[in-house]
Amino acid sequence: MTATSERATATRSRSAEPRPLGNRIYGFLRSIPTWFLWILVILWTVPTFSLFVNSLRTRDAQRGSGFWNAFSDETFPTLDNYQDVLFPEVGAGLGNALLNSASIAIVATIIPIAIAAFAAYAFAWIDFRGREWLFIGTVALLAVPTQVSLIPLLSAYSTGVRWTIPIVERTITLFPDLDLSGQIPSVWLTHTGFAMPFAIFLLHNYIAGLPKDLFESAAIDGADHFKVFWRLVLPLSVPVLAAFAIFQFLWTWNDYLIALTMIGGNREALPATIVVASLAGEFGAQEHLLTSGAFVITLFPLIVFFALQRFFVRGITAGSVKG
Amino acid sequence: MASITFDNIGKVYPGGTRAIYDTNIHVDDGEFVVLVGPSGCGKSTLLRMVAGLEDVTEGQLSIGDRVVNDVSPKDRDIAMVFQNYALYPHMTVFDNMAFGLKLRKMNRDEIQRRVEDAARTLEITELLDRKPKALSGGQRQRVAMGRAIVREPSAFLMDEPLSNLDAKLRVQMRSELGLLHARLATTTLYVTHDQVEAMTMGDRVAVLRAIGGKEVTNLQQIASPRTLYDDPTNLFVAGFIGSPSMNFIYGTVESEGDRVFAKFASQRVEVDRSRLAERQTLSNFTGKEIVIGLRPEGFEVKEAASSDMIVENRTLNIDVGLVEQLGSEAFIHFEMASRPVITPELQELLEDEGTDIETLGDATKFTARVDPDMTPKPNSKATLVVDTTKMHFFDPETGLAIT
Repeated sequence: MTATSERATATRSRSAEPRPLGNRIYGFLRSIPTWFLWILVILWTVPTFSLFVNSLRTRDAQRGSGFWNAFSDETFPTLDNYQDVLFPEVGAGLGNALLNSASIAIVATIIPIAIAAFAAYAFAWIDFRGREWLFIGTVALLAVPTQVSLIPLLSAYSTGVRWTIPIVERTITLFPDLDLSGQIPSVWLTHTGFAMPFAIFLLHNYIAGLPKDLFESAAIDGADHFKVFWRLVLPLSVPVLAAFAIFQFLWTWNDYLIALTMIGGNREALPATIVVASLAGEFGAQEHLLTSGAFVITLFPLIVFFALQRFFVRGITAGSVKG
Repeated sequence: MASITFDNIGKVYPGGTRAIYDTNIHVDDGEFVVLVGPSGCGKSTLLRMVAGLEDVTEGQLSIGDRVVNDVSPKDRDIAMVFQNYALYPHMTVFDNMAFGLKLRKMNRDEIQRRVEDAARTLEITELLDRKPKALSGGQRQRVAMGRAIVREPSAFLMDEPLSNLDAKLRVQMRSELGLLHARLATTTLYVTHDQVEAMTMGDRVAVLRAIGGKEVTNLQQIASPRTLYDDPTNLFVAGFIGSPSMNFIYGTVESEGDRVFAKFASQRVEVDRSRLAERQTLSNFTGKEIVIGLRPEGFEVKEAASSDMIVENRTLNIDVGLVEQLGSEAFIHFEMASRPVITPELQELLEDEGTDIETLGDATKFTARVDPDMTPKPNSKATLVVDTTKMHFFDPETGLAIT
């Protein structure tokens, strides 16, 4: 190799220094043409759109042809399916179930946020013994699958948990017998517990990233931990709180398994997801109602998402590549 | 109002690293003291100890008559201005300034009055409703100052408050801070790495040096700017203070009758009698190798020498290298045939400014500040007159000035 080409190689390799992964991903995403994104948008929207169209068609029309034939139906559009789902002639409609869903989702969103914000602040900015291990332990709980603890939890809710200390032979109550099974609070507690590791992890990462100067300045200004948390950390963490609120609301609103296990036979307290699933009736006689039922359920998360999406996007991209 | 006293202060970090040892500084009530030094010299750590943001691990720290080693930051009655301003981003300028007062449960009218007064002083009244995001760097700096002023604390602590401003604004804020201090006369401890800032602002300046874990004091010298410049106690202070910095060269002193000559790079100049009177112990070093220090302004081109300068026996013949003409003054760079002076102190300073010792070569580089009208041409020969009344002598073994 000649001296010149060697120098050229050296220059090139210097200019081709590896960029951070985030930048490369960002650069790649930026290079995707808009028309391609539009194709993705359409592909992703088709199922929801077809569900919506079908929800406006009669049972026969739904069973007879695909949703793209809707305009050739004489009966299209009809609100009968919505009528049957929300205000049926026999039995209760979805109304009560939607209220149950809301009371589950809203409370099961607020409680974890309230607890996790305090915990995340403490893990990030209060120096106490064993802080790191406790944090690692908390986050490690992310690995516990919901399913394995459902039955123990259910039994704890219905009969409480007692433990007899060996040798001393004394029994202590670890969890009181609150007779919660079949009640909505049992779902709140379960959601709260399972949300906590992720909530603390997410909020901690954000709160720990706030500039240290601010906390020092506040300390000199005379703020104690509670004031720092209340006047500084909470207002500055709105984006991440909103992001987590959306996650948690969607998850609890759409949850089926936990609600079914904890509430089970108490039909009065069942959330919309379970009620809609049972709409189809025996042998699927009423399966055409699933379309409108599903669409009613989807509506609420959409409202929440659009109300908070401004914060959501900011929270997700917080601290990542600057656009 | 209060004094600040560092009494044998030391700092060992939890990992066992020692940053500060046996440092004694007393800041008088109302005095403006600047802590200056290269990075890692412990200046910020000392300041943060006063603020209560770092534990004092050794010694006694007092504000006024009160020992504050274990007093929490909020009870120390001090206000701090941070390098990055640390403004609360979600609050307006008014709320930023009022935050500390509200937390102290001051009544509303008093808060209003103080914030407005401070805003008027700093000329930021029209910004009171804005958020920090909507302010320029200079405006943020003023708000940060305002937040300190409204507290009316017994001392201000400032951690490189001007380092994030551009050069022009920095000069402007420097003089404004000076005026502000003259008006408020609040005890101020100011940290900077910029020696010009230190020299122009401080009533007294403390030069600090990194101790690299050793048990020696960080404090090299604390004195008025003038004393630091004219009478540096060691090579570190001599090399740190002054821009361009002092020229150092190995040489010897020898006496002939009652006259004393400094000999370096095969040339010699006579040391002025007045200087000999000020440097009594110099005679102990006769014949030994010492380090001679000359400030750039201690030279003049022979043709431009004023009539009251003694020329006889005080000239150096040089080969002019680079010439920098600035209009108001001119710098000429040249080399003296003598190995460069590299003592631990100077090596540290060179490393701090990013100079590689390997690149120094085997000649000593000199800079002289001369009359801009009589500047010699680059690559010509010239004769310089040395003002030997301002000559400095150092013991290369200890690095201390010979006095």
